[in-house]
Formats: sequence, C-alpha cells, structure tokens
Amino acid sequence: MLKSRIIPCLLLRDGGLTKTEKFKKGKYIGDPINAVRIFNDLAVDELIFLDIDASKHKVVPAYDVIRELTSECFMPFAYGGGISTAKQIEQILKIGVEKIVINKIALDNRDFVAEAVKQFGSSTIIVGIDVKKNFLGKYFVYDHVKTQTTNEQVIAYAKEIESLGAGEIFVNNVDRDGVCNGYDTTLISQVSKNVGIPVIACGGAATIEDFGAAVKSGASAAAAGSIFVYQGPHKAVLISYPNVADLEKVLK
Amino acid sequence: MIHIVDYGLGNLGSIQNMLSRLGVESLIAEDPAMLQDAQKIILPGVGTFDVGMNNLERLGWREVLDKKVQAEGAKILGICLGMQLMTKRSEEGTLPGLGWISAITKKFTFEATSSYKVPHMGWNIVQVAKESRILEQTNDEKRFYFVHSYYVELENKKETLGTTNFGGSFCSAFEVGNIIGVQFHPEKSHKFGMQLLRNFADN
Repeated sequence: MLKSRIIPCLLLRDGGLTKTEKFKKGKYIGDPINAVRIFNDLAVDELIFLDIDASKHKVVPAYDVIRELTSECFMPFAYGGGISTAKQIEQILKIGVEKIVINKIALDNRDFVAEAVKQFGSSTIIVGIDVKKNFLGKYFVYDHVKTQTTNEQVIAYAKEIESLGAGEIFVNNVDRDGVCNGYDTTLISQVSKNVGIPVIACGGAATIEDFGAAVKSGASAAAAGSIFVYQGPHKAVLISYPNVADLEKVLK
Repeated sequence: MIHIVDYGLGNLGSIQNMLSRLGVESLIAEDPAMLQDAQKIILPGVGTFDVGMNNLERLGWREVLDKKVQAEGAKILGICLGMQLMTKRSEEGTLPGLGWISAITKKFTFEATSSYKVPHMGWNIVQVAKESRILEQTNDEKRFYFVHSYYVELENKKETLGTTNFGGSFCSAFEVGNIIGVQFHPEKSHKFGMQLLRNFADN
C-alpha cells in the first residue's frame, strides 16, 4: 500500500534556511546543505524547498544553491520560488530536481500552468496555493508577493488548477504558518473533496498526530516546517524526523 | 565502472550523484560508441515509451545495446521507463520495445470512484518474490520511491524478483540473466536505493 508522504518544507532566504510565522518575521535557522544531509540520514520521504523572496524580489531561481542541494539530496525533491518561464523549469529539472512548485505565476497567468504541464508532465508540476480565511469563514487565495488576499475562492481556484493538468496541489494556510496549532482540517477536507489530484497539506503541524489528522481529512501528503526544525517550547533549532514505526501508527 | 545511457530522457544527474556518494565510478555515455568497453550499464528513463524508443533507434543506441546486452552479456539495470523499454511493447505507445524480456507494459486502470489514483506516486514496499543479490538489503522492509502510470507484466512469472501492491500486485523488479529492471527510482530512495545500486555495482 502506498504510504502517505510526510514532507519537510524548508524555506530559503538569501541562501540560508529560514522559518516564518504567518508568512512574516523569518528566523535564520541554518545552512540548507547541512539540513539536507541530515534529512538524508533521517530517510525522509521527500523534501520541498521554497525560496520565499525570489518572486517578491523578481529574481531568478538561485541555480547554484539548487545544484548544491540536489547533489546531496537522495530523495524526491521539489523546488519553488521565482519561477516565471518554462526555460527556468527546464534548467532546474536538468540540475536533478523532480518537481517544480509554482505559485505566483499560476495566480497571474493560468496559461503558464497548462504550458508547463504539457512540456514537463503532470507529475512534475505542483501548484502552491496560499490561503486566508475571511471573517465569514470563507477561504480565499492569498498573494504572497502583493501581501494581500485576492478575490479568488480557494475551491474554485483549486478545481481550475486541476483542470489545467497540475499533478499536485500544495495548500498552505497562511495564518497557521509557524504557529503550531494544528492543520486547518476544514480547508484540507474541502479542497481534497473537490479535486481528484493529490493534495499536500501545509501549515500548523505541531505533533505527529497532526499528520494523521491531515491525512484523515483527505490529504495525500502532509508537509510542515517548524516540527522538523525546532524542538521544545523555546524553539531551539534541531533538525528531526519521526521514525517509520511512529508515523505508521498515526497514519493508520 | 558503470555506464549511464544518456538518450535524452532521464535524471542522469541524480543517478550519478548517488553512485559517486557510494564511491562507484560512473560515466554518462552521451554517444553509443562510448559503450564499447561497458560491462555494467544503467538505462534510466523518465518520459513516454515511444519517445524513449524513438530516441534509442534514432541516436543509434539500439544496435549497440542489443549487441552489448544480448551478445556480450553486459549487465544492465533498467530504471522506470528504462525497465519498460526492455519489454516487447507498451500500452502507452505504438512502437515495439527492445523486446529483451517476454513481457508487455500495461496501464494501471481503476474505476473513477476508486481510491487508487494514477500515477502511482510515492513510497511503497517491494516484497521479495525470489532471492537475489540486487534486492539484498540490510533493512528487512524494502521501501522505494515510485512515479509511474504503466507497469510491466511478465509472461514468465518466475522472472519476478519483487512485487508491489497498488490496487493489486504488480512486478516492481525482475531479473533475467544479465538483465535487471526496476519500476521504482533507486536514485531517489535514499538508503534503500543506495543499497540497491551498491549491490548492482558489486555483483
């Protein structure tokens, strides 16, 4: 039986690893290459690296950093950040990355998603959707570059992304980011019910039981940041990953 | 020395990265002539069947590979599409395959309401069907990373090395003499994949 994937999602800023809270602050937590080496030894399922400033600062992906990361990464690896052309995707795949996360460009230009899927294959393209809940409890897509909520309703947007051929959807609740109060299971279940493609849930994981909750809500994979890089109430930096037996218990 | 066939499809960099981590010498063969002295070959592949066969034929790989594998008995490991290309044909395309193995490549088909979604993507277990050097692992459980929509169906089930369950059991590894095929990606399966590539290099 296929296992639900548990994925560390690591954020890059100026070539270093950072961890945010609600998409803000950003605390430096170390060297990404070192982190990849540790995650290799810990035998993680998959890794997602997102350069959180690239689109905002309109810079091209940091190919040198990506190259260094892939040379140490012996598990499936997804990269996102600053992607705006097919040429960039081609270059990143050539370096040895399996999957590409696109976020801002998908929001601005739906044709790009369809083109990328056509050229690189559905299982290569993950579309990242950042989500905010309004005061009426409705979910809207958040634009992390403009730092504002859009008029796009999340379910409709997710369905559209699926119809464009994307292989997976990465759903991140902005207000859960880095606050460790559990996944937004309502959001996960609403999105998963409405699309047939795998949903990767992100935002809020504090304990490994949270992974179980995300999967029970319909997610194919659970991604997280803090839980894999911090330890203890004072958030001391310590890279970790639960062992297979413990994961199997909560994912049953 | 392991020769990795560069026929325009596949994550050669990842395979070479893992081999160099293992301290195994490898070479990316960009031209069929580079296989002249090859004794161990990896046929990778990410992409579609017909594009793969077309590239093998058009770039002159087929003739050289047939000679190396069938006449000279060079050891070859096919990964993912590389495994499927070794069969007679595939439901994914119309071109004949390399035909080294009595097998065809079939598509996963599930009801729309099924909980099984294609592609089969993620980590899954390989159950050993037959003792072999290639699947020998220090870990009891053999976990590998898969991404595929098609699978190999062998005519002679005795050639199966390992099976995997995905809405039913399918052949995830076979060995026929000097020809080995694996449906998963050892180069993306960290310690499990490293052990497999180490076994291929050592035996």
